Amino acid sequence: MVMTIDAKGMYYRELNKMIRTAIEEGETEFVLDNINGQRYIGDAIKAKAKITIHGTPGNDMAVFMNGPTIEVFANGQDGIANTMNSGEIIIHGMVGDVIGYGMRGGKLMIKGDVGYRVGIHMKEYKTQVPVIVAGGCAGDFYGEYMAGGVMILLGLGAGEDKPIAGDYLGTGMHGGVIFLRGKVEEYQLGAEVAVMELDEKDLKLVTTYVTEWCEHFGHDVDEIMSRPFIKLKAVSSRPYGNLYAY
Amino acid sequence: MATELSPVSQIPPEFHVKVDHDQCRKCKRCVLNCSFGCMQFKDKVTPDHSKCVACHRCTTFCPENAISITDHPMVYKENANWTERIRQNTLKQAETGGILLTGMGNPKPYPILWDHLLIDACQVTNPSIDPLREPMELRTFLGSKPDKLEFERDEHNNVRLKTQLAPHIQLDIPVIFAAMSYGAVSHNVHKSLAIAANKMGTLMNTGEGGLHEDLYPYSGRIMVQVASGRFGVHSDYLKAGAAVEIKIGQGAKPGIGGHLPGEKVGLEISKTRMIPVGTDALSPAPHHDIYSIEDLSQLIFAIKEATDYMKPVSVKIAAVHNVAAIASGIVRAGADIVTIDGFRGGTGATPAIIRDNVGIPIELALAAVDQRLRDEGIRNQASLVCAGSIREAADVAKAIALGADACVIGTAALIALGCRVCQKCYTGNCAWGIATQRPELTRRLDPDVGSQRLCNLLTAWKHELQEVLGSLGVNSIESLRGSRERLRGIGLDKETLEILGVKPAGVGM
Repeated sequence: MVMTIDAKGMYYRELNKMIRTAIEEGETEFVLDNINGQRYIGDAIKAKAKITIHGTPGNDMAVFMNGPTIEVFANGQDGIANTMNSGEIIIHGMVGDVIGYGMRGGKLMIKGDVGYRVGIHMKEYKTQVPVIVAGGCAGDFYGEYMAGGVMILLGLGAGEDKPIAGDYLGTGMHGGVIFLRGKVEEYQLGAEVAVMELDEKDLKLVTTYVTEWCEHFGHDVDEIMSRPFIKLKAVSSRPYGNLYAY
Repeated sequence: MATELSPVSQIPPEFHVKVDHDQCRKCKRCVLNCSFGCMQFKDKVTPDHSKCVACHRCTTFCPENAISITDHPMVYKENANWTERIRQNTLKQAETGGILLTGMGNPKPYPILWDHLLIDACQVTNPSIDPLREPMELRTFLGSKPDKLEFERDEHNNVRLKTQLAPHIQLDIPVIFAAMSYGAVSHNVHKSLAIAANKMGTLMNTGEGGLHEDLYPYSGRIMVQVASGRFGVHSDYLKAGAAVEIKIGQGAKPGIGGHLPGEKVGLEISKTRMIPVGTDALSPAPHHDIYSIEDLSQLIFAIKEATDYMKPVSVKIAAVHNVAAIASGIVRAGADIVTIDGFRGGTGATPAIIRDNVGIPIELALAAVDQRLRDEGIRNQASLVCAGSIREAADVAKAIALGADACVIGTAALIALGCRVCQKCYTGNCAWGIATQRPELTRRLDPDVGSQRLCNLLTAWKHELQEVLGSLGVNSIESLRGSRERLRGIGLDKETLEILGVKPAGVGM
C-alpha cells in the first residue's frame, strides 16, 4: 500500500509523527504532496521505506536517517543527509548548504548545484562508504575535514574556464576521495590535499556512480565521461600531527 | 626543511627520581610499571629523570618504598617575571616549533572562588536536622519545568495533573560524570563510569567519541553526546541514551576543536568513530551546521524528532565572557538542560595557551547565568548543570546554592580511578590505564574495582551533602537550590560579590 499525505499547511511535527507511526505499523511507501519547507523529513528513521516528495522539503531532511530512500521532485534546502547512516536520496534539482555533514553511509544523488560546506567530515568504515554525486557546481569548503567517503562533482553547465568548486576545497581533509570533472585553481585547494590522476580503479568507480546518476537524471554517460576528471586525496592521514610540541 | 638541531635537549628535567639502592631488591616492578620509559634497568634500577612525569606508578608499586620523586633540584637565576615555566616552555618551542600541548585542567593560581564562599548553619532560632536520624532528600530532576501547573478532575472526581510534563532524568545525587570520550579515556574507564552511574542513580556522559557496543546495556544512565566531529552518532545511539547533549564548547578549550592524536586511534576506536586506524580524529572548532542560535535550535529539534521528544536535550558550552546572554539563547532555542563548563575544566588534550588563558571561572558564570535566566523569567525552562573543577562535596553544595541543578565531575572521578593529574593524557601513555588505548596499560584498570571506587566517592559526597543540608536546617537539596542567602563571601571585592549575588561574611539576613 502507498500512503499518500497531503502536507499542505501541515506542521512538521504532525507530518513526521504520521510517517513514524505508519512505519512502525509496517508502511513502506509514502507519497508526500504539497510539501513546503517542512523540516526533518526522514529524521532517524531506521527502516526500508520509500518516500516520494513533491514540493520543496525543509532543512535537515534525512538527518540521522538509517535506511529509507527519499526522492524529491524539486529543489532541496540546507542540511540534507546530516549525519545520515544509510539510505538513498535523489534530488531532481539543486540543494543548499551543509549537505552530508558527518555523513556515515548511504548515497546522495543531486541533479544540480550544491551550496557551501558540502560533505564536511564525511566518514567511512570498511564497507560503509558514503557517496555524494552532484551534477552542477559547488560553493566553498567542499569536502572540508573529510575523513572518508566519495564525493563526485560533475560541473555540468559550468564554462570551460570557470572553476567548478569554491575556495578552501578539502581543507583539513584526512581521508576519502573527491573526483572533480573540471578544473580548479591551485589557490582554491586546502593545504592538506593533493591533485592526482585517476587510475583504472578510480575510473571504474566514477563510471559506476555516474551511470547511476544518469539513470536518475537522464544524461548520457559517455558524454559526461568524455571530459577528464581530477582526483583529490589527503596528503596525510595526520594533517596536524606536527603542529604540537609534546 | 627545518635545520637539524643538536640531539641534546637544552630542557632540564622536571622531576628527579631517587632510588634507595640499599632498600631496592631489584624486583623490577618499577620498570614494568613505568609507561613513560623513565625507569630502566642497567645492573640496577637507573631512572632517566627527563622522562619522569610524577605519575607515582613506580612509587605506588615498589614493595620496599625505595623510590621517591622530587622536583628536579635545578636552580634558575631568580626572576619573578621570567618564571621557570616560561623559560622551559620557550626552550621547548625553540626546539620543536610547536603549539604547547597539555592535558587536565588549568593549573595556574587564579582565584578559586569556591574557597571564598562560606555556608550558613542553624543556631538556636531554627533547629538543625540530624541527617543520621531523619531523611535527607538529594533527589534531583533534570529537564524543562512547565511555566505553570494545571489540574483537572477525572471521572472519579479525583484531582490529577493536566499539564503535560517534558521528559526528565531522575538523579539520586546531583553529581554526574563528565563527558570524557572513548578515545581520550580507555574502554575500562567508560565501563567503570557506566557501572557506577547505574549503581548510584546518576549519569555518565559518552563525550564525543561514541558509545562502544559493549556499553549499550548501561545506556539508561548514559548521556550521549553529539559534537562537531559527529563521531559515533547514529539513530540507535541517540535513541539509546538517557539524554542527548550537543557539545558546543569545553571549559579547557573554549572555541577550538579537538584533535585526538593518531596514537590513540586503534582498532576499536576506529570502529566506534568510523575513521581509519592511526588517523587523527579531528573535531572542527564549530559545528558546521550551527552558526547561530536558530541553527542550534534546528539541531536540538532534529534530535528531539529523532528521539520522539522522549529525551531531554542538553547543550554544553564553555564559560566565556558573554555566557549569560548565550545561555539565554540556548534556553530559548529549546534546550532542556544547559551545561556550563568553567575555565578550570579538564581535557585529554588542549593547547596550553587556550587552557590557561581563555574563559571565566564557573562560579561567576553559574551565578551570572542563573540570574539572567531568572530575570528573563525562563529559569524553569531548563536545568542548569555546572562543570569545570568541582573538586569536593563542598563545591557541590556551594554550586547548588548559587543556582545549579547538578554538578559535573571529571577530574575528581579520574583521581578516584587512580589519576595523579600529571597532565600527560595527550601522550596516550597513561600509566594508570585511564587516558590511554595501549592494551597493556588499559588492562591495569579493572572496571569492577574502578566502579566501586567511584561509588565510594559518590557515597562519601552524598553523606557530606546531607550533613551540610542538616546543618542548614533543610531536609532537601531543593531547599538549598538557588538560595544564595545561605552563602557568604570572604575576601572578595564588591563587584565579585554582586555578580555572585552573595553578601560578605559578617552581614546578617
